[in-house]
Amino acid sequence: MTTTADPATGSAPPEGAAAPPGARPPRWWRLLGRDWAAAVAATVLGAVLLVALLGPLLIGDRAVRQNLDASLRPPSLDHGFFGLLGTDVLGRSVLARLVEGAGTTLSVAVPAVLCSLVVGSALGMWAGFHGGIRESLAMRLADAILSFPSLLIAVVVLYVFAPSVGNLVAILAVARIPVYLRTARAESTELRSRLFVDAARTFGTASWPIIYRHILPIALPTLLTVATLDFCFVMLTESSLSFLGIGIQPPEVSWGLMVAQGRQYLQTAWWIAVLPGVAIMLVTVSATVLAAWVRLATDPAQRWRLTLPRKRRGTRPVTPEVTA
Amino acid sequence: MPASTETETRAEERPADDPALEVRGLCVDLHTAAGTVRAVDHVGFTVRRGRTLALLGESGCGKSMTAQAIVGLLDPVAEVTGGSVTVAGTDVLRLSPGKRRKLAGPVLSIVFQDALTALNPVQPVGRQLAEPFRIHRGLSRRAAREKAIELMASVGIPEPRQRARSYPHQFSGGMRQRLLIAMAVALEPDVLLADEPTTALDVTVQAQIMRLLRDLQTEHRLAVVLITHDLAVVAQRADDVAVMYAGNVVETGPVREVFAAPRHPYTRGLLDSVPEHARRGERLPAVPGSPPELSAIPAGCVFQARCPLARERCVTERPVLAPVGAGRSAACHFSEELAHA
Repeated sequence: MTTTADPATGSAPPEGAAAPPGARPPRWWRLLGRDWAAAVAATVLGAVLLVALLGPLLIGDRAVRQNLDASLRPPSLDHGFFGLLGTDVLGRSVLARLVEGAGTTLSVAVPAVLCSLVVGSALGMWAGFHGGIRESLAMRLADAILSFPSLLIAVVVLYVFAPSVGNLVAILAVARIPVYLRTARAESTELRSRLFVDAARTFGTASWPIIYRHILPIALPTLLTVATLDFCFVMLTESSLSFLGIGIQPPEVSWGLMVAQGRQYLQTAWWIAVLPGVAIMLVTVSATVLAAWVRLATDPAQRWRLTLPRKRRGTRPVTPEVTA
Repeated sequence: MPASTETETRAEERPADDPALEVRGLCVDLHTAAGTVRAVDHVGFTVRRGRTLALLGESGCGKSMTAQAIVGLLDPVAEVTGGSVTVAGTDVLRLSPGKRRKLAGPVLSIVFQDALTALNPVQPVGRQLAEPFRIHRGLSRRAAREKAIELMASVGIPEPRQRARSYPHQFSGGMRQRLLIAMAVALEPDVLLADEPTTALDVTVQAQIMRLLRDLQTEHRLAVVLITHDLAVVAQRADDVAVMYAGNVVETGPVREVFAAPRHPYTRGLLDSVPEHARRGERLPAVPGSPPELSAIPAGCVFQARCPLARERCVTERPVLAPVGAGRSAACHFSEELAHA
């Protein structure tokens, strides 16, 4: 407990010194409270989620109600709550459309990212762990998917089938599987040669339990980081598909579609395209910040850093005072 | 080992004299880019319950490879090309992977050298120690955890209930090695392989770990294969010794007899190079030269290039491991000469 460690050099505290024997690891909300950036990010994401879930109940049909008298009004305080962020060319409230779009955007991006994360990671870890023919098969599958431009597959598939949210999620998920597959495979091939995997084998652990218990916990932080970055990519792909007219179909609205529709008024009415763009950026940045925090908080050897006061972290050598 | 315990174990052993582990003619080939080389060449030894066999040799002589072949952890480039490994009456080399997994743990287990890398850094140690119980005994999470805590107490970890929540990096080297030993003996195996269990530790901790291993051995009547290059450890701890050189066993027998009167020039060279016998100011005697490259092992005796006794016969004819006394064998054409030297 009295050992000094230098967080600036990135060295872990000496063995046996990081925590008093038997200290429970600090609760996650406590760690979150200590890191204001991560706390803000979590708040933003929580708020967006709440708005996406409850918002549509409050705004009624304002997201699609047209009022040509109120066309292209700039953001101002003069037109009531729904006029705060201005109106689009058909006089629809941008605020109401943002709220409505949050739900659509998340209901495409979240399931798509989750699906590709789960399928890609499982396949990648399995391939990397076993190697040989299984690895080759999985990697060729990834190559096959990657060799088509994902936008092109999406266009073809969505022309053939109806452009519904379900199809959109499926096509985006398949197109992003290789990213996770390759990352998971790389982690897994490295981890399978580690001694603790051998040790687990020496007392008879089968492959899937080894993957689940020894490989997944180490690969997961990396995969989650990739997933948050991919979250942004999926939202933008969805917007370009919507722009091409085969994504979200009007009168439904998503952030991407709003950016696409607002593009032609960019010189006269910037708020139509810029505000949903800002929303996409806010969510993406928050997700990335939170992912970085999660990576630190789930690493037992690094977790103690989060328990330090923010201003002292990484500036000068300090004594880590680990609170129980 | 005190004489009394040895006679006790002997008396206990007599009725059922089955060896717990019997390795015969084990060959391991390495497939490298430059061609196939033999890393382990017809290695054989037996260990009975309650006894310790030391596998002695310098780095790269194939002792760890032998251990990995026995527990089935060989790299894909290595392949077992012959021989048998009989544990509890079954040849594990001929079992299907599934059946072999069933034996791994309850019958045969291994302690690794580097305890830090042998433990998963992101799992609390309590969870890792509970794993064997969950897999082989199908215990519930809670019951397995209790067993793990018992196990931690049995290898001398203070405050096991609290420490079960700690991660491997929060333990000292000696404690980590204790954890690893605990994990290896969790399912009370018959045979325990210890692959240089104390090499990474300082001397005082080494003694503690060796004492722990000995206590566990007497408690569970383990057959222990101790892989080491430390002559002192062999002399103190082992009952029998198998000296390996370039993938071959060159001499076997009871430690006391082998060390008192080695019958192979390599064993003799090793014993002579212990500093204790040296006088101040004199050069330490050493075995001249270095072991042959695996790709360039000579046709005759593997030790010919460094052997003070080498003659023409050694160049052409590979000596086989032949009995040279009660329970002893040596692979040298001229072991008789050494006996009278």
